[in-house]
Amino acid sequence: MRYIMLINHGDSPTPADPERWATLSAAEQEQIGVDYQALNQTPGVEPGPWMQPPEAATTVRVEDGRTLTTDGPFVETKEALGGFFFFEAEDLDAAIELAARVPAARLGGAIEVRPLKEGW
Amino acid sequence: MVTSAAEAFREDWGRVLAALIGILGDFELAEEAAQEAFATAAERWPREGVPSNPANWLVTTGRNRAIDTLRRRRVLAEKTRLLEAEAEEATEMDEDGTIPDERLELLFTCCHPALSTEAQVALTLRTLGGLETGEIARAFLVAEPTMAQRLVRAKAKIKAAGIPFRVPPDHLLPDRLAAVTATIYLIFNEGYGGRGELAGEAIRLGGALAELMPDEPEAHGLLALMLLLEARRAARFDRDGEIVLLADQDRELYDAAAVASGRAALDRALALRGRGPYVVQAAIGALHADEPRDREQIAALYAELARLTDSPVVELNRAVAIGEAYGPAAGLALVEKIDGLDSYRYLHSARGELLARLGREAEARAAFERALALIDDEAEERLIARKLRAISR
Repeated sequence: MRYIMLINHGDSPTPADPERWATLSAAEQEQIGVDYQALNQTPGVEPGPWMQPPEAATTVRVEDGRTLTTDGPFVETKEALGGFFFFEAEDLDAAIELAARVPAARLGGAIEVRPLKEGW
Repeated sequence: MVTSAAEAFREDWGRVLAALIGILGDFELAEEAAQEAFATAAERWPREGVPSNPANWLVTTGRNRAIDTLRRRRVLAEKTRLLEAEAEEATEMDEDGTIPDERLELLFTCCHPALSTEAQVALTLRTLGGLETGEIARAFLVAEPTMAQRLVRAKAKIKAAGIPFRVPPDHLLPDRLAAVTATIYLIFNEGYGGRGELAGEAIRLGGALAELMPDEPEAHGLLALMLLLEARRAARFDRDGEIVLLADQDRELYDAAAVASGRAALDRALALRGRGPYVVQAAIGALHADEPRDREQIAALYAELARLTDSPVVELNRAVAIGEAYGPAAGLALVEKIDGLDSYRYLHSARGELLARLGREAEARAAFERALALIDDEAEERLIARKLRAISR
């Protein structure tokens, strides 16, 4: 089974928000880096590209043929996608175990584990 | 001894379906195959006699039907080849007379935490209990199409999300077993309020779990708890349909066979050094079936349960037990310390009872009236109304 692992940072501190990031100790900051690196090196994981924070997003709609743009993500900033990666796993249990190792999951964020459709 | 297709249905549905899912790797296909196998049995067994091993016959028939279906549909050509290979293997296995029992795998799949609680309950009743969709819908007071859709969605999620069909490995087992026992106990509680067939179904599922996990004390603890609670069914209401509280129940009305089975299951759990929440609750249930009751021991076990669960509802039960064992003042002191249950009717009714026993009538009346405002069950309303009248006298 192939899954896309969608990272929602939620309230978790990230380097994109230096003020909140500074609330973590140096050791905690380092551990987060170490954990993400370990994830990327886990067999079956295909890391996704780094994303700029949701504040940098522009949302585009088309109404009556006109292109409308709004500043920010489609959902609330707090609920916006923060990153993603792919995981080739035996089953959902393996994907859940890996998701639990993503630092955002323990820092106030959440990981959405979404199976990919096969054969296209 | 299985003598008819109808009996085989109850006995073997879960086992046959689990085996077919194990072979076919697909819930929907397996369920269709199982239904066809049972339909064929209903037609042929009365004429030709019941085969010596009904479950094997049903699995073999179901598997052959599924292969036919796949061939007919001409879908997934590779899958069919795979099936043929497996079918040959399975035929050999049939000769020594047993199909593997995969009900435990099925139970863990149905109670996977990636499924909603509602879906877990419905799926468990449908697959292992063999209840029809309409029966489950009626038991949970939802429309049949709603329940049908719930089941279809759950099965689709199992397939799409890759929920495994297996007993979880050791490091996941404690959490996942807790999910299975919680689902079975939820089904039991749905039945406890009156829909007795669900309580019976939960006891059957609990019995199967204890049989399939003989070394797991909480499985025996859950079974013991359900049996000991169910044993009180006839004593819980009087002839007029009025609620009889535990302290006032006539122990002669308890189902002696259920009490004995419950105690036996509890003994097994204790022999396995079980100290989990279900074992402790079963032990409390067993003490309540004793005459006279050891109220101090009951209070001590509630303290243990409160420590294990950290639940305010359990703390309330402990306060009531303390009130029984050491007098209403001690019980009331504990009730007053409970946080977060202000909209829980039993907090106010228990408080009213303790206050009434202490002779603090005005406060007792206020507490019972608060309880009355939160109740939407007629028998419970009448019970509290009786308590209020008793104060006025």
